[in-house]
Amino acid sequence: MSELIEREVAERVLGRALARGGEFAEIFAERSGGLTLAIDESRIESVQSGAAEGAGVRVVSDGTTYFAHVDGLDPDDLERAAGEAAAALRADRAEPRPLEAVTSAPFPIAQPPAAVPAERKAALLRELDERGRGAGAEIAQLTASYAEIRREVAVANSDGLLAGDDRTRVRIGAQAVARRGDRVETGAETLGGHRGFELFDGDPGEIAASAAGKALTLLDAGPAPAGSMPVVVGGGFGGVLFHEMTGHGLEADHVQKGASVYAGKLGEMVAQPLLTAYDDGRMPGEWGSDAIDDEGTPTQKTMVIEDGRLTAFLYDRLTAGRDKAAPTGNGRRESFRHLPVPRMTNTYIAPGEATPESMIAEVQRGFYAVSFAGGQVDPATGDFVFGVSEGYLIEAGEVSRPCRGATLIGNCLEALAAIDAVGDDFEMKTGVCGKAGQKVPVGTGQGHVRIGAMTVGGTEV
Amino acid sequence: MIELVQRAVEATLAAGASDAEAYASEDAGREVRAHGGKVESLTAATRRGVGVRAWVGTRVGYAYGTDLSEPGISALASRAAAAAGIADEDEFAGPPELPVRLMRDGAVKGAPEAQPELVLSDASLAEWGAGRVADLALAIERAALAADPRVAGVEQAVYADSAERIAIASSRGVGGEYETSSCYGYAQALAEGEGGRETGLGFGLGRGPAALDPEEIGREAAGRATAMIGAGKPESRSCPVLLDPTVAASFVSLIGSALSAGAVQRGRSPFAERIGERVADAAFVLHDDGLDPDGFGSAPFDGEGVPHRRTALIEGGSLHTYLYDTYAARRGAAASTGNAGRGGYRTLPSVAISNLIVAPGELGFGELLTEAGEGVFIDDVAGLHSGVNPVTGVFSVGASGRAIRGGELAEPLREFTIASDLVSMLTAVSAAGAEPRWVPFGGSVSTPPLLIAAMTVAGS
Repeated sequence: MSELIEREVAERVLGRALARGGEFAEIFAERSGGLTLAIDESRIESVQSGAAEGAGVRVVSDGTTYFAHVDGLDPDDLERAAGEAAAALRADRAEPRPLEAVTSAPFPIAQPPAAVPAERKAALLRELDERGRGAGAEIAQLTASYAEIRREVAVANSDGLLAGDDRTRVRIGAQAVARRGDRVETGAETLGGHRGFELFDGDPGEIAASAAGKALTLLDAGPAPAGSMPVVVGGGFGGVLFHEMTGHGLEADHVQKGASVYAGKLGEMVAQPLLTAYDDGRMPGEWGSDAIDDEGTPTQKTMVIEDGRLTAFLYDRLTAGRDKAAPTGNGRRESFRHLPVPRMTNTYIAPGEATPESMIAEVQRGFYAVSFAGGQVDPATGDFVFGVSEGYLIEAGEVSRPCRGATLIGNCLEALAAIDAVGDDFEMKTGVCGKAGQKVPVGTGQGHVRIGAMTVGGTEV
Repeated sequence: MIELVQRAVEATLAAGASDAEAYASEDAGREVRAHGGKVESLTAATRRGVGVRAWVGTRVGYAYGTDLSEPGISALASRAAAAAGIADEDEFAGPPELPVRLMRDGAVKGAPEAQPELVLSDASLAEWGAGRVADLALAIERAALAADPRVAGVEQAVYADSAERIAIASSRGVGGEYETSSCYGYAQALAEGEGGRETGLGFGLGRGPAALDPEEIGREAAGRATAMIGAGKPESRSCPVLLDPTVAASFVSLIGSALSAGAVQRGRSPFAERIGERVADAAFVLHDDGLDPDGFGSAPFDGEGVPHRRTALIEGGSLHTYLYDTYAARRGAAASTGNAGRGGYRTLPSVAISNLIVAPGELGFGELLTEAGEGVFIDDVAGLHSGVNPVTGVFSVGASGRAIRGGELAEPLREFTIASDLVSMLTAVSAAGAEPRWVPFGGSVSTPPLLIAAMTVAGS
C-alpha cells in the first residue's frame, strides 16, 4: 500500500474529492506489469512487455457517481483527478474519516514469473508446440500463448478503509488446427491461475495434447442435430453455462434495475433440490481469486443456491448499500480506468451424487456438450446461447459420434430448473468475462450436469 | 506528440535495436450512464501512452507504458529491445519502407493517389459541457420510455465520447500525427407484455454529440424491445433469411477478419487460395475504405504509418485481394493495403479492417420482404464470438427476429439458431437492400440489409 500511495497523500486526495460534498469518496491506485508471448508456425513471436500505473478517484453523491482517472501516481495528478471528479458537485464540504489500514495477506506466489528467465517461458511454448504437433499427423497447425501479469493495487476510502493487494496471474493456452483433405477443425485448451510459474510444475504440455485431441476428434464429426433434447454438459469449462445462465443474473446491479430474471426470487426454489452453487473469491490459487475485491472488501465464499433455493445475490459496495446488505467482495474492475461493478469471481455448481456414466446411460437420444467456445446471456430476458467446441450425439444411452458446429440456446430459468442430475466429478477452468466494457478473470466449475430438455442448434433438421 | 514518438524511436535505437517504431495516443473522454431519470455515473478521463516496436535484426519485440518521462521512455525502450531478444528470427520482419511523407497536420505527401481532405473531428465535442451531454443521455432514456407504454424501463442509457491524438514515427523516416473524435449513444430498453420481458438496443454514432438524435435512439430501443413481446420459436427448417444491417454487419466483420492476409498465410481462413474464384453472389460487393469521410475507422494512415486507401475485396462475385499490413505484404510478395490495425498503444499492429463497406442494392425494406416471401427476418444475433469457427467459417449462432409470411413481417421469434458457413452464406445472398447503416460492432462496417436465399433455422 505505502509503496503505491502514501497515507497522507490518500487522505489529501479524499479530502479534495469531498470538498464540494458527497457521501463517499474513494481512490483506487494500481501498478501493473506483464509479459505475453506466443508461438505460431513453431516460431516464438508477438513478445510484448507492458507496464502501467495510475489511479481512479470517485465521489458518490445522492446516488450519482462522479469518476475521474489519471495515468501515473504523481500526488499532484491524483489531487487534480479528485478535483475533476468533484467538479460537478455544489454542496458543502464533507470530511473523510481517518484512514485505518486493513491487512489482508495477498495470495502467496512461490515463483514470481518476472524472476523466471525469458528462455524458460519460450521453452514452455516450444514444449506446447511439440506436444500439440506430436498428437497426430493430421495436426496442421499449433499456436500457443503465455501470459503473466502482476497487479499491485491499493484502495482508500472516506469511510476510513485503507487496503492493498498484490496479485500475480499466469496463463497458457493452446489452439490446434487439424486437417484431413478439405476438412479443417480446431481445438483449444487453457491453464491458468492466481499463481506464479509454479503452476507449470506438473505437465503443462498436456493442454496442447488435449487441444490437438479435440481438433482430431472433430475431423470425424458429423453435423450437429437441431431441435429440443436432453443435454449432458461436461465438467470444468461446462461451468460457463452456470456462469452465464445464472451467475450474471445474480449480480446485484442487474437485479436492482429489474433487469434480471432472478429479481424478487430470493428464497424461492429456482432449481431442483439436487443443486447447490457458490461464488468463491478465496479459492487458493484459482484464476478468479483475489485477497480483496477492487473496493477493499475481503473476498468470501457466498452460497448462491442451496438445495435448489436462491440464497444470495452478489454485491459491490453501492448495490449492497441500496439493499441494506453487506458487500460480498464482488466489486471488481478491469483496471484503475474503470468503475467497480458487481462481478463473479469463481462460480461453480457443487459436486452432486450422479456419475457421468449413469447420466448418459439414461438418455435415449440427446447431446453431450463436453466443452464450450463461450457463451452469452441477456440477464433481463434470461435468453442465452453457447457455442459448443466439443460435442457428441447420445443414442440409446451411449455416446455415439462427434458433432460439429452445435449451439445450445435456451432460457435461464427454464434451463436451471431442468437440471435433473449433478455429477460427483468436479473441475475448475479459467475464463475471461466481459461486462459493461470491462474484462476480468473468472473461474468456472462443475462436474457433469444434465439438463432435461434444451434446444440444440445444428444444421441437421 | 511527434517529438515524444521520435524520442522513443531514438531511445530504442540506443537500447540496441536496429530499427524502431513508436506509436503514441492521448485521448480525453467522457462517459455518462443514466438510469431512472438520474445520472448514475459521470466519468471524465485522460489517457496517454506509447508503444514501441523494436527490431533487432529480424527479431521483433514490443513494449508499452504510460510513464512518458525521460527515464520512463528509456526503460520502455530497453524492455522492447529485450522482448525482441526472446523472439525467434523471422525473415519477413521489418519496418515499412514508405515512399511518402506523413505530416504533422495528418496530410500525406507523395501518395500514389490523391488523398481526400479528411475531417475527423467535430467542434461540438469540445463545446458541449458535462451537463449538456448528461442531458443527452437522460433524453435518450426519456425517449425510450415515451415511445411505447409497454416499455417498462431502460436498463441503461449511455453517452460516451473521445477526442484522440495519434502520432507515429519510425527509424525509416516515417513521422506523422492526426486528431480524431467520436461519440456514441445507446439505450437498452425493457418491454413487458404477455407475461414476458424483452430487451431492445437503440444506438447512434457521430463525430460529436450534435450529430446524435436522442429521440431516434430511444425510439429504436423501444421499437426493438416491444416488437419481441410474445415471441415464440420458429419451426426448424431451411428458408430465406433477411438480415438487419446490425446483424449483417457482424457477419461482414467476420468476413473482413477472414480476408486478413495474416489469417490466409497461416492457413486459417476459409478464403485461403481463392483469389479470382467465385466466393459470393454478384449482389454482394465489398470494399475496405480507410478514407471514407463517414467511417469511424477513417484516418490518413494506418497503425504503422502506411497511407489508407480504398480496396475492392469482393466484386462481381469473385475475390479480388486480401487485406495486408507490411509484414503480410512482405511474406506474400504483395503491397500493404494500409490495413495495419492497432487496438491502441498497448498492442502490436496486425492486419485489421479500416471501414468495411457493402455496396447498397436497389430494393427497399418492403421489397426485400416481398422477395423473401416466406422466411425469417433476423433482428439480433448472440454468441458470435463462440459460435463461429474462424478457420472454416462454419457458424451456428443464437438469433431473434420476426417471421416473414406472405412478404410481410409477422409474429416475433426468439430462442432459435441460424447456421451455415461464411462462403455458402455469401454465395446465397440474393439481394442487398438500398438503405445502408454504419454499425460499430466488431469494427466499423456500413451495410444495407442482406437477403440470404436459404439458411438453416433451428427452433422447435
